[in-house]
Amino acid sequence: MSTQQIDELLEKKYEAGFFTDIEQDIAPPGLTEDTVRLISTKKNEPDWMLEWRLKAFRLWQRMKEPTWAKVSYPPIDYQAISYYAAPKQKPKLESLDEVDPKLLETYAKLGIPLEEQKLLAGVAVDAVFDSVSVATTFKATLKEAGVVFCPISEAVHSHPELVQRYLGSVVPVTDNFFASLNAAVFSDGSFVYIPKGVRCPMELSTYFRINAMNTGQFERTLIIAEEGSYVSYLEGCTAPQRDENQLHAAVVELVAHQDAEIKYSTVQNWYPGDEDGKGGIYNFVTKRGLCEGARSKISWTQVETGSAITWKYPSCVLKGDDSVGEFYSVALSNMRQQADTGTKMIHLGKRTRSTIISKGISAGHGQQTYRGGVTVGRGADGARNYTQCDSLLIGSRCGAHTIPYIDVKNRTAQVEHEATTSRIGEDQLFYCRQRGLSEEDAVSLIVNGFCKEVLGELPMEFAVEAQKLLGISLEGAVG
Amino acid sequence: MSMLKIEGLHVEVEGKAILKGIDLAIAPGEVHAIMGPNGSGKSTLSHVLAGREGYDVTAGTVTLDGEDLLELDPEDRAAKGVFLAFQYPVEIPGVSNVYFLKAAVNAVRRARGQDELDAVAFMKYARQKAETVKLPKDLMKRSVNSGFSGGEKKRNEIFQMAALEPRLAILDETDSGLDIDALRTVSEGVNALRSPERSMLVITHYQRLLDYIVPDRIHVLLDGRIVKSGDKSLAKELEAEGYAELRAGA
Repeated sequence: MSTQQIDELLEKKYEAGFFTDIEQDIAPPGLTEDTVRLISTKKNEPDWMLEWRLKAFRLWQRMKEPTWAKVSYPPIDYQAISYYAAPKQKPKLESLDEVDPKLLETYAKLGIPLEEQKLLAGVAVDAVFDSVSVATTFKATLKEAGVVFCPISEAVHSHPELVQRYLGSVVPVTDNFFASLNAAVFSDGSFVYIPKGVRCPMELSTYFRINAMNTGQFERTLIIAEEGSYVSYLEGCTAPQRDENQLHAAVVELVAHQDAEIKYSTVQNWYPGDEDGKGGIYNFVTKRGLCEGARSKISWTQVETGSAITWKYPSCVLKGDDSVGEFYSVALSNMRQQADTGTKMIHLGKRTRSTIISKGISAGHGQQTYRGGVTVGRGADGARNYTQCDSLLIGSRCGAHTIPYIDVKNRTAQVEHEATTSRIGEDQLFYCRQRGLSEEDAVSLIVNGFCKEVLGELPMEFAVEAQKLLGISLEGAVG
Repeated sequence: MSMLKIEGLHVEVEGKAILKGIDLAIAPGEVHAIMGPNGSGKSTLSHVLAGREGYDVTAGTVTLDGEDLLELDPEDRAAKGVFLAFQYPVEIPGVSNVYFLKAAVNAVRRARGQDELDAVAFMKYARQKAETVKLPKDLMKRSVNSGFSGGEKKRNEIFQMAALEPRLAILDETDSGLDIDALRTVSEGVNALRSPERSMLVITHYQRLLDYIVPDRIHVLLDGRIVKSGDKSLAKELEAEGYAELRAGA
């Protein structure tokens, strides 16, 4: 048998090995062109979509996993991962009594309404809270406004011209190892289109939380805001999320046209692993927004408390004159968590402005790196950036690192960078405890004060949950 | 019966003896002052009573209303009614003063088996307390002690004291860093909080605070021991003669 034949046989195995049972649809581990084809076929994608995926895959094969981030983890075997699983039904439980009491305790601390707790825990919901009818109401309201909000797999069919035009326009398939991987095998994600002059009538969050809990490990999101439009999008969930897929590599692309504004908020609480750091999620995310038109604005707000490894730099390309980019971040690393996160602000247009407020909290053995890039191009007359980067240390075994990159090619630009590092002091804790607060409440209070500027950027409902989340994530961090 | 009773208290810090046998009893409603030079152990005494870490009690007992205080965590002592007005109040950036106090008051109320106050009830309560100690309104909204002047910080301590309604208030060098006007305002606040159910322990280096907060008893602390006790006239005596004489006699 020739080598070629052996290869063919081996490759074939994928198709044969693909099995369907009543509950779920899972591809066997491994990644080849056939895997990509399989994913595309399963999703009934048009040829252009397949070609795009294949192009990305071929590029990816020649790329090397980046190693510059200050995180360490055992090598990932990309051939040991299964790249396709049809949406699964979570095991349905009859009532909350069957749910892990520890999980319920956390939900209660977060103040998540009972009916929502049931949804999160996979308990059958009763008629009072019918998520389908809620979703239908949302959809009708959005439709009336002309807003398109659907799974990206659906948009490929319903709005192919938009997807073709914008997909990969901000994060090209060549961008980086994880983004190329995502482009080749992305599972699903959200597609949002806000027409000219429309102010999206609701936060695109409640809907998201109810319906799109399971978008897979290679999520892909594309948001387009036409001239003069506005949208606020919220991703994630404060409730602890577990996932059997350890590797997550998402891509988010935002495009803001003239006078448009996109506000993108994230609360990330993936499973961080146990106290020794075992089993936590690896979160390698590429998020970028393009301020295409004049006076457009993109604002990223993130609260990152989960994952074993976080590798994430939501960025803004400020192309339109007078466009504005913002990045507000709270990242918390406890136990053995490692986070290398920050942003890039790329000033191209005249009088473009950017603000970066980053708050890093390290506790336990957590390692936290802020990595931020501010680039001012030759033509960006009068560009301005303000960066404030604060680190808070809890205990003596954690670490905080700040790595700012600044590259200015225009004499009229102004770039400011401020950084502080502080420790939760014994005197602060004693002061709070003398006033009657428990040690844990004191830590939570001090941390929330530290993060106030960022939490204030979150939509109200989530700001409250995020505050509680920070406290919970730090339980046991002191003492 | 005494509210606070300290018997034979010995305290060490990193192996060094700081307090060398303190005996002190304060009855309900009484205000006692502890005077002494720097390094005599005044602040150590206040910290040990409030339960700060880093102090080793090697001998002696402290009881509040007959209950052993030394066994309790700082927050549990607070719940029992111990309040320490700090010499150097701590800044907590980003946490509003009124939010902090609400968390503290409700934590203490919970521990005392009282209902927690909701936002509306608390604001009413806080405003009334602020009135008692004449706290400027804008201080309520600002971050805890952040950017406060020395006088504002001390006034804020007294405001917290009013809101937490302690059984025993310890004022650690409350006069330090205050000009005469601020000293008067703060003292008026303290005096407004004197009551038959509340005891106070006023720790100070100087006699001048005691012109405003007039104590029932004065004790002189020198090198970890109370070397002399007397009524309010003792303060004047000290002011005239200084600590040197006592030191020579001790």
